[in-house]
Amino acid sequence: MEILLAIMTGILYAAGIYLILRRSLVKLIIGIVILGNGVNLLIFLMGGLVKGNPPLIPADGKMLEGVFADPVPQALILTAIVISFGLQSFAIVLIKRAYKVLKTDDIDTMNKTDDIK
Amino acid sequence: MTIFLFVILSSFLFALILFGLGQQKFQRMTWVASLLPISLFLYFSSFVSPIINGEVFTFFTKWVPSLGINLDFRLDNLAILFTLLITGVGSIVFLYTTQYLKGHPKILRFYTFLTIFMGAMIGLVTSNNIITLFIFWELTSISSFYLISFNNTQAESRKSAIIALSITGLGGLALLAFAVLAGQITGTLSISEMLQSSEVFENHEVSALLMVFIFLAAFTKSAQFPFHFWLPGAMKAPTPVSTYLHSATMVKAGIYLLLRFTPHFQNNSYFFTVLLIVGGITMLYAAFQTLFKTDLKGILAYSTIGALGIMVFLIGIGTTASITAAIVFIVVHALYKACLFLVTGTIDHQAGTRDITKLGGLRKVLLPLSIAGFIAAFSSGGFPPTIGFIGKDLIYEATLHGGMNPVFLTTIAVLTNILMVFAGLVVGVKPFTGKQPEELGRVKKPHFLLWLMPMLLATLSLLFGIFPGMIESLFTHNITPDLTGEESPHLAIWHGFNLIILLSSITIIAGLAVYFLWKPSYKKESSMIKFNAFSPKRLALVFANQFERISYFLTRFFQNGYLRRYVMIILVLLTLVFGIHIFINPRIFLSLKEIKALNWNEIVVLAMMLVSVLFTVFTKSRLSAIAGMGVLGYTMCFIFVFYGAPDLAMTQFSIDTLTVILFVLVLYRLPKYLKLSNRTNRIRDGIIATSFGTFLAFTIIEIMNENPVKATSEFYAEYAYKLAKGKNVVNVILVDFRGFDTMIEIVVLSIAAIGVFALLKLYLKKHEK
Repeated sequence: MEILLAIMTGILYAAGIYLILRRSLVKLIIGIVILGNGVNLLIFLMGGLVKGNPPLIPADGKMLEGVFADPVPQALILTAIVISFGLQSFAIVLIKRAYKVLKTDDIDTMNKTDDIK
Repeated sequence: MTIFLFVILSSFLFALILFGLGQQKFQRMTWVASLLPISLFLYFSSFVSPIINGEVFTFFTKWVPSLGINLDFRLDNLAILFTLLITGVGSIVFLYTTQYLKGHPKILRFYTFLTIFMGAMIGLVTSNNIITLFIFWELTSISSFYLISFNNTQAESRKSAIIALSITGLGGLALLAFAVLAGQITGTLSISEMLQSSEVFENHEVSALLMVFIFLAAFTKSAQFPFHFWLPGAMKAPTPVSTYLHSATMVKAGIYLLLRFTPHFQNNSYFFTVLLIVGGITMLYAAFQTLFKTDLKGILAYSTIGALGIMVFLIGIGTTASITAAIVFIVVHALYKACLFLVTGTIDHQAGTRDITKLGGLRKVLLPLSIAGFIAAFSSGGFPPTIGFIGKDLIYEATLHGGMNPVFLTTIAVLTNILMVFAGLVVGVKPFTGKQPEELGRVKKPHFLLWLMPMLLATLSLLFGIFPGMIESLFTHNITPDLTGEESPHLAIWHGFNLIILLSSITIIAGLAVYFLWKPSYKKESSMIKFNAFSPKRLALVFANQFERISYFLTRFFQNGYLRRYVMIILVLLTLVFGIHIFINPRIFLSLKEIKALNWNEIVVLAMMLVSVLFTVFTKSRLSAIAGMGVLGYTMCFIFVFYGAPDLAMTQFSIDTLTVILFVLVLYRLPKYLKLSNRTNRIRDGIIATSFGTFLAFTIIEIMNENPVKATSEFYAEYAYKLAKGKNVVNVILVDFRGFDTMIEIVVLSIAAIGVFALLKLYLKKHEK
C-alpha cells in the first residue's frame, strides 16, 4: 500500500502542478488544493503507515505503548489542512472580486491593473 | 603616536564638522575649510627632516585582527612626499576655490567632498595594510565621482562621472583581488611584511595573476592607455577639482601603488617590461592628442595623461636613475600642471571661455596670472632654470643609461617631450600673447587669490629649479636604494656640456617650432573625430551597452513576471538535478507481497482517488472539476481513517465540504471555464508535471527504505498524558506542546476571514461594477 500511495502522491503532485501552470485563475486554485492534498499525503507517508491504531492513550493507560500511528505528522497535517483552508477561501473570494473588476480570469491579461483608475 | 591616527582620520571628522555648519553659515566663512590642509601640511612638514635621516614613523592598532586587517600606518620617504603634495596642493586649491566658487549654492557640498577626498588620499599613501589601502583607494574614487558630477544638472557631467566611476571602480575591484591574493600567499596583509616574501611576486604560480590585478588597478586609476578616456571626461568637474584630483594627486595614486610595490616585484622582469610598453604607448598617444584639442582643459587632460605615461614608462625602465626621475617628475608635474589648471580656471572665470581659438592678449588685464602661466609653461616644457628642466634631464639620463634599447627609449621620450612643450605653451602662454580678440569682450580683473595661488605654484617651480638642493634629499632617500643598491643621481641644473643638454635643447627648439607652426583649430579637432569609432572609449561604451542588453535579456528571461515561468524553472531544475541522482543510483525495491496484501476497500479508495484526480484535470466543466476536487478530498479522509488518524479525517471532511460549498457559491459569478493555452503549451506543461510527479514518487519510495527517526514521536507518546494530562496525543501536541503555533494559526485564519469578509462586502466603486 505504501508504494501505491507513494505513486498516488506523485500523481497528485503532477495534477496539481499541471493545473498551477494553467492561465486560468480557477484552475490555479484547484491546482493548489490538489497539491495541498499531495503534500499532506506525503507527510503522512513519511511518518510510516500504521493500520487502525490511532495515537490515543487507552483510558487506563498513562502513555502510548506498543504499535501506534505517529502523532507528529498528524499534528502537522492538521495544521496544514486548516491553514490551506484559509488560503483557499481567501483566494476564491479574491478571484471573484478580481473578475468583477477586470472581467477576466486569465492571468496573462491581468497585468494591466495600472490602467484602472 | 595616537595623534598620528587622529591626523590621518581628521579630514573625515572635519568634513562632518563642515557639514554641521550648514550652507548659510559656511558661505560666509569658506576660508575655514582651508585651515585643515594648511595645518596638515605644517604637521607633515615636521616629519621631513627625521625621515630624510632614515627614520620611519608607524602607527599600529588592531582593527579586525581575525581577518588581519589593522589600522597600520607608516610614514616613510615615499609617503611623506605624497602627503606633502596632497596637503600642499590641497591648501592652494582650497584657498583658490573660496573665490572661484564664491557664492555657489552648493559650495558646502563641494568642500565636504573635497575634504573627504583629501583624507582618503592621505590614508591611501600612509596605509601599510593593503586592505585599508583598498578602502581609501575606493573612497577617492567615490569622492571623485561626486566632484565630477558636481554640476549634476548637466547630463554630460553625470555621464562623465559614471564613466570615471566605472573605470576606476573596475580597478578598485582588481586591487581588492590583488590584496586578497597577495595576502593569501604571503600570509600577511602588511605591505612592508610582504616584502620579506618577495619571491612570491617574482616566481610563484600566481605571480602573473598578481601582476594583472595590480596593473589593472594602477592603469585605471592613473589613466593609462587604454583606460585613459575617463580622465578627459572628468574635466567636466569644476577646475579646482581637475587641478587637485585629476592632475596633481588622485591620478597619481596608481603611480604610487606601482612605486610602493616596485621593491616587491624588483626581480620580476615582466613587471617592468609591461610598464615600459604601456607607459610608452600612453605618453606618445596622449601627447599626440594634445595637438588636436581646442579646449584648454582638454589639452591639459591629455598632457596629464601623457605625464602619467612618462611616470609609468620611467618606472618601467627599472633603474635607480629612472625611479628617481619618476619621483622627481611627480613633483615637477604636480607643480606646473596644478598651476596651469588654476591659470585656466581663472581665465575661464574671468573671460568666460576656455576655447584656445578665442583667447589671446589677456596679459594686459591678467598680468600677474600671465607671469604664472609663463613660468608653468616653461617648467612644463623643461626650459631652464625651472624645475621642469631638471625633471627632463633626469628623464633623458634614465632613458640613455637604462633599458635594453637606449636609442629607441630616448627617441620616444624626446618626441613626447616636444609635444609636452607645445601643450604647456598653448595653455600657459598663448592666451596671454598676441592681440585680444574683439569677441572676447571686457575681461574683469580677478580677485587676488585667483592669481596669487597659481603664482605661488609657479614660484615654487622656479625656486626649486634654481635651488634644487632644497628638495634633493627628499628624492635621494627614497625607495630606490632598496631596489638596486645604487646611489640616486644628483639633482643639479648644470652638469656641463653633454648629450643630455643637447637633447634638452633639441626638445625645446622643436617644441617651440611646433608651437609657432601648428595652430589648434576646430577643423583639426574634428578631423580626429572619424577615429572615434575605434577609440577605447567607444569600445567601452559599446561593451557597457551590450552588457546592459544582455542583463536585460537575462532578467526578462528569468524574471518575466509570469508565475508559471518561475514554477517551471524551479521544477525543471529540481527534476533534473535530483532525477539524475535517482537515475544513476536507484535504490528502489518493489515487492509484490505488498500488492497482494491489499484489501478490497483500499483498492476502491485508490481507484476513486485516481479517477477523481484525472477527472478534475481533464473535465471541461468547472462544476465537475470542483466536484472532482471534493471527491478527492473525501478519499483522503478514507486514507486517514484506515491508517489511524481519525482527527485528520474529521478535519479534512469538514474543510473539504466548506471549500466546495464556497466554490459553488461564487461559481455563478465566475467567467467561463476556458482552455486558454494552446496544445503545445499543454503538452509541455504535462511533461513537466508528469516528470516531476514521477521523480517525487521515486524519491518517496527511496526514502521509505530508510528507517524514520522516531525520537520526537516517542517523546510525545510518553509525555502527552504525564505532562499535559491529555489522552488524544495529536490534540495534546496541537493545543499544549505547540499551543503557541496553534494560536498564531488562529490569528492567520482570522485575518483570512476578515479578508474574505472585506472582499465580499465592500462596495465596488461605480466604475468597477
